[in-house]
Amino acid sequence: MAGLKHLLGIAELTREEIQAILEQARRFREVLDRPIPIVPVLRGKAIVNLFFEPSTRTITSFNLAASRLSAQCLNFAVGASAVKKGESILDTVANIEAMRVDGIVVRHSVAGVPHFLARRVSCFVVNAGDGCHEHPTQALLDAFTLLEHFGTLEGKRVLIVGDIAHSRVARSNILLLNKLGAQVAVCGPPTLLPAGIEELGCEVFYHLDRILSEVDVVNMLRLQTERMTANFIPSLREYRQFYGLTRERLAKLNPETVIIHPGPVNWGVEMDYDVRELPQTLIMNQVKNGVAVRMAVFYLLARKRGILSEEAK
Amino acid sequence: MSRRLFTGGRVIDPLKGTVRVADVLIEDGRIKAVGRNLRAADAEKIDCRNRYLAPGFIDLHCHLRQPGEEQKESIASGCRAAFAGGWTQICPMPNTTPPIDSEALVRFELEAARTADAARVIPVGCCTKGRQGKELAELGGMWQAGARAISDDGSWVSDVGLFRRILEYAKTFDLLVMSHCEVPELVSELADEGVVSTRLGLAGAPGVGEAIAAMRDILLAHLTHARLHICHVSSAETVEVLRWAKARGIAVTAETCPHYLALTVEQLNQFDTNYKVNPPLRSEADRKALVRALIDGTIDAIATDHAPHSPEDKDKEFSAAASGIIGFETAFSVLYETLVVKKTLTLPELIARLTVVPAQILGVEPPRIVPEAEANLVVLDTEATWILTEEKIVSRSHNTPWLGKKLRGRVIATLLGESFRLNQ
Repeated sequence: MAGLKHLLGIAELTREEIQAILEQARRFREVLDRPIPIVPVLRGKAIVNLFFEPSTRTITSFNLAASRLSAQCLNFAVGASAVKKGESILDTVANIEAMRVDGIVVRHSVAGVPHFLARRVSCFVVNAGDGCHEHPTQALLDAFTLLEHFGTLEGKRVLIVGDIAHSRVARSNILLLNKLGAQVAVCGPPTLLPAGIEELGCEVFYHLDRILSEVDVVNMLRLQTERMTANFIPSLREYRQFYGLTRERLAKLNPETVIIHPGPVNWGVEMDYDVRELPQTLIMNQVKNGVAVRMAVFYLLARKRGILSEEAK
Repeated sequence: MSRRLFTGGRVIDPLKGTVRVADVLIEDGRIKAVGRNLRAADAEKIDCRNRYLAPGFIDLHCHLRQPGEEQKESIASGCRAAFAGGWTQICPMPNTTPPIDSEALVRFELEAARTADAARVIPVGCCTKGRQGKELAELGGMWQAGARAISDDGSWVSDVGLFRRILEYAKTFDLLVMSHCEVPELVSELADEGVVSTRLGLAGAPGVGEAIAAMRDILLAHLTHARLHICHVSSAETVEVLRWAKARGIAVTAETCPHYLALTVEQLNQFDTNYKVNPPLRSEADRKALVRALIDGTIDAIATDHAPHSPEDKDKEFSAAASGIIGFETAFSVLYETLVVKKTLTLPELIARLTVVPAQILGVEPPRIVPEAEANLVVLDTEATWILTEEKIVSRSHNTPWLGKKLRGRVIATLLGESFRLNQ
């Protein structure tokens, strides 16, 4: 991340910067396998998780990543915060920053919030998901997991299935996979495919059965029912019928094809429970690798800003 | 007795499309003489060599925020900002708090503008009571008080039957019905629907959302023979609808705004809320369609849609930020650069779209630089380059993407009756 002061999205990253993050993540992945999986590179530094949306795995992953680097990590729980009293995001962040924080990890339901904050704070900002815009660390950990499995993504065919319109994971993945040389396709009903998505660098399919057997990776997205106002799909039953990774569809998959999912999974909707136990299902690897990727992001941003601890220097 | 002599300027007559060098002598707020080598020993002289004199601009569409949000703009501050930008007559939209939907509020607005000693207000009343889109407002009373147009700007009157009645009833007083065309069900967030909205993760607003609304309104105007005006046209689809309507002789006029002619959706890339407007900035293809429509007259006039906002409403996450940019003081420069320098329109043609045409749309007397007319003119320096800074802005609000940018062409002075302003 030679030129980057923040991690706001995959759109801003070059291929070289992506590779540097993944390379660093590989080193931290080894650290995580040690008996004492902690390094002192951010000792004395403070990182705040500002999650304006509910999260379990992402906030835990960022939290652990900071801890494994010996940083202090604070979780800002929106339910108990002054935001509930009408405080603006800017006021919240200004106050947190005044307490000398070194980095902020932000998740928000509105697209562009991390960009908005990055223009106004002096510490680094990491986007942990902004509305339907980007979720860069998820895309990085997905790529890391796939690279761990395949060695390279050059020419690999990746199919992203489901609610593309409401998915920040899909946007970040399309951008990142293209930068790493993969061929990306998306599949879903037209109501869940946003305008001009093909211009981001992907083929568009409406029928899962016509493409499923031709791909190396299936990335099943969660149906974001909480973001849907009305009438995107007639029913969950019909969605499963046409876009679910059902027991019957699993049989059509090439045996080498791997399955990933950003989680949490709506079992029985986008995937049948059987998928959980399949050897080609990499969901738990994704979760594990997420910590290493986030450690790498923190480390590289801190190094760029010259705030690594003395031990790390 | 006050006398001013504007010497050696190029006087534009937008009605005839001509330019001639002449002096203009003003006496007590009226034009006394227009001609070569005029002498007036005791007059204040304004050197206009290499500058243009044009009639004062008429803004069909702006927002003054009073009553309700005076921290953003008051009627008086808005009239002064307009005057600084060369606008001598302005039509503030009635979407204030409370909305201007009664005779009393129209009178209040006119009185507040009168004391400003700057641009004059041509009031626009609401179409419906409280701008709620449910019941017809007292159009007659507002007309009697001075309103010349009606609009529920900020939202579309989606009730078809009610909008038909509005058009029919407005004919009683020859009121112009100005429509903010936007099918609400097709507008989720204020970004043009396309690859940019998808990349940014914003639910888009397609251009057809505007065109569908415009089509319905136009068909009803055709049915009722009322005068309809489509506000702030932003999309190529709406241009097609207008072209269709005009070819059939339907009484519809339309305006677009400087930002739709100069900027595109691509500028949203950094979520900069200074580019957030309603309707949203659209694609380069839409922008080009608007420029073509302006050339062939499908779009009649250019209005500012001056929309002041305070920092607390603008300095926010994109979806939550207020939409709109201020436009009075940058409009001429932006239009000069976008249209005249690029040879889309000649300067007299641009001036016509800012003066004669809006006057015709409103049904008021067009300002002209001829003897015996009321003094109503601007001095333009097309050679000037200047940088817009907060200190130079007269408006109470500073929400504009042109802040800190270099602009070309400038309004040097504005004169209306006895009111005079010289921009330093």
